[in-house]
Amino acid sequence: MLTLTCPCCGVAAEETELAPGGEAHLKRFGPGASDEDFEGYLFARKNPKGVHFERWRHAMGCGKWFLAARCTATLEVFGTYKAQSPEPPPEIIAAIKARRPDWKGYS
Amino acid sequence: MSEPISALAGKNAEGFARVSEAGLQGMITLRGNLASAALAAAVKAATGCALPGNRGIHTKAGKAAAWMSPDELLLLVPYGEAEATAAALEAALAGEHALAANVSDARALFRVSGAKADQVAMKLCPVDFARLPQGEIRRTRAAQVAAALWRSAPDEISLVCFRSVAGYVFDLLAISARTGSELAPA
Ligand SMILES: [Zn+2]
Repeated sequence: MLTLTCPCCGVAAEETELAPGGEAHLKRFGPGASDEDFEGYLFARKNPKGVHFERWRHAMGCGKWFLAARCTATLEVFGTYKAQSPEPPPEIIAAIKARRPDWKGYS
Repeated sequence: MSEPISALAGKNAEGFARVSEAGLQGMITLRGNLASAALAAAVKAATGCALPGNRGIHTKAGKAAAWMSPDELLLLVPYGEAEATAAALEAALAGEHALAANVSDARALFRVSGAKADQVAMKLCPVDFARLPQGEIRRTRAAQVAAALWRSAPDEISLVCFRSVAGYVFDLLAISARTGSELAPA
């Protein structure tokens, strides 16, 4: 069971109160983009075993979107942060590096 | 004029706790910038309550102001006052990016009372009730549907849900409260 603390309301919400929104920090390719870029935006996902950044919505709570960093293999949660973050903030990166010293970093 | 009637017209169930549909309750959804002084003043005028902080609910003389999300409040007022209060809020917030809507007839309110009222809700909601103090409102789910609940008295939980699922929620609460199904029999 996954428990994520919603940064918008502060509730430690378990999985059934949340709705998953897939990979975070996707760059959107829309009108005018090449077919390859648009296809990548729609379908290409990192799908890593290990550190992953995801979008979640506190659907049965405050209703807001937020982002989370967790390990897909162990379900360990490194932290949650605001949806308005273009990339993982330094404190999240630091929390991951503290637990996964050989992690290659966000790219 | 049609006669207002609450979702389940005050239906009751008795078990190890008492479950009641609370009848007509005025409810106003207020969305806007919670950091705005005009909004805080309008909430004070409408309910007598100061603006609640994150997950807070303030109660005063039968009215309440509850924090629902970073840009949303739920205001409780007597049913007969809801329409006028919503209009007064709209007027007070003219020019602000805000919305006040009377949602009284779109919601249902339940009260679960008794020394073991917690246990009724505990079976239905993924909430740590040991860490839910009085004065806090918790939006969550009750089995399959969205709900918001708070401690309205030492041995009483109030729960709001959408009117369209009132029958479902009443049955959930009533079954959860059945005598003999206590989580930790004394
Ligand atoms: Zn939340």
